[in-house]
Amino acid sequence: MNSLYIASIFIFVVFVLSILAIESKNILKSILFLSAASIFTAIIFVVWKAPDVAMTEAAIGAGFTTFLFFIAYFKVDKLEKEN
Amino acid sequence: MKKFWAIITVLLILFFLGSGLIPDLKIYKQNNLSQKTGKVYLNRTVNDDSPFKEIDKKLYGEANDVENNAANSVTSVIVDYRALDTLGEVTVLFLAITGVIALLGKSKKNNRILFEKPNYILNASSKILLPLIVLFGFYIFIHGHITPGGGFQGGTIVAASVLMMYFAQNNYKLKNNRMKVLESFSGLSFLIFGLLGIFIMGDFLQNFLELGIMGKLFSGGLIPIIYILVGLKVSAELSNVVYEFMGEE
Repeated sequence: MNSLYIASIFIFVVFVLSILAIESKNILKSILFLSAASIFTAIIFVVWKAPDVAMTEAAIGAGFTTFLFFIAYFKVDKLEKEN
Repeated sequence: MKKFWAIITVLLILFFLGSGLIPDLKIYKQNNLSQKTGKVYLNRTVNDDSPFKEIDKKLYGEANDVENNAANSVTSVIVDYRALDTLGEVTVLFLAITGVIALLGKSKKNNRILFEKPNYILNASSKILLPLIVLFGFYIFIHGHITPGGGFQGGTIVAASVLMMYFAQNNYKLKNNRMKVLESFSGLSFLIFGLLGIFIMGDFLQNFLELGIMGKLFSGGLIPIIYILVGLKVSAELSNVVYEFMGEE
């Protein structure tokens, strides 16, 4: 099977996940959708033979920024409770 | 309305990406474009059975020129030809982290985010996982010129281990002053190696070490040294970001 066809399936999944991330009302859900979109983007990079970029995407996009968003969310929540 | 524009944008992007699925146009077939650049680069292998052996000589166990000496050819672009760009990239990251510290560093006292009693299994297993994750990150940036990955990826994985410790243990504290020293040291060494290139060979960041045999750990001239420094710098910077975000007790 052509790698373009495999990748186009994953591209469609990424689009759906991105729209869900924009449209969902809950911020935590939105962060998780963004993380899932990053993982599928990493799979696309592997299919297109760019393992270096895929590793960056998986480590920074799916792992690190997700948790930074979570920490920022908890921090804002805590500040709102204090005031 | 927002949904409407989102759907329109998705359809447009799908159209442009889907145009790659249409079989090659005639004019491109005449030029044999894919044979020229893309396929040769993508199908590069370091084994003997490479289909583009005549155009692209790149074999394990043989010393070659600078371009082909790193088995991972992406690395030779990032750290050899475009090493100045990498220096700029590292500077951009440094500036971003300076901004984070300037914003969050003021209100540091008594704002530590505490989670409700971390699970005992998480607490115990995080201590076992920490050295393994750090080792894996170091492996990625030390072997950057042989296997996929490099300084930025390995550095992020090392910083992720600090993140895990903060999530798993409420009394964990990063020794951030050591991280600052490590970061300055590696950034400064990167510049010093660049200046040594001027004094020895005549150009900034030019390779002045022996190239060695491809596939060995000690090969590729300056590439592994600079990538190790970049990895240390990125891991120290991102650990500091985690420290600033989580706050202090």
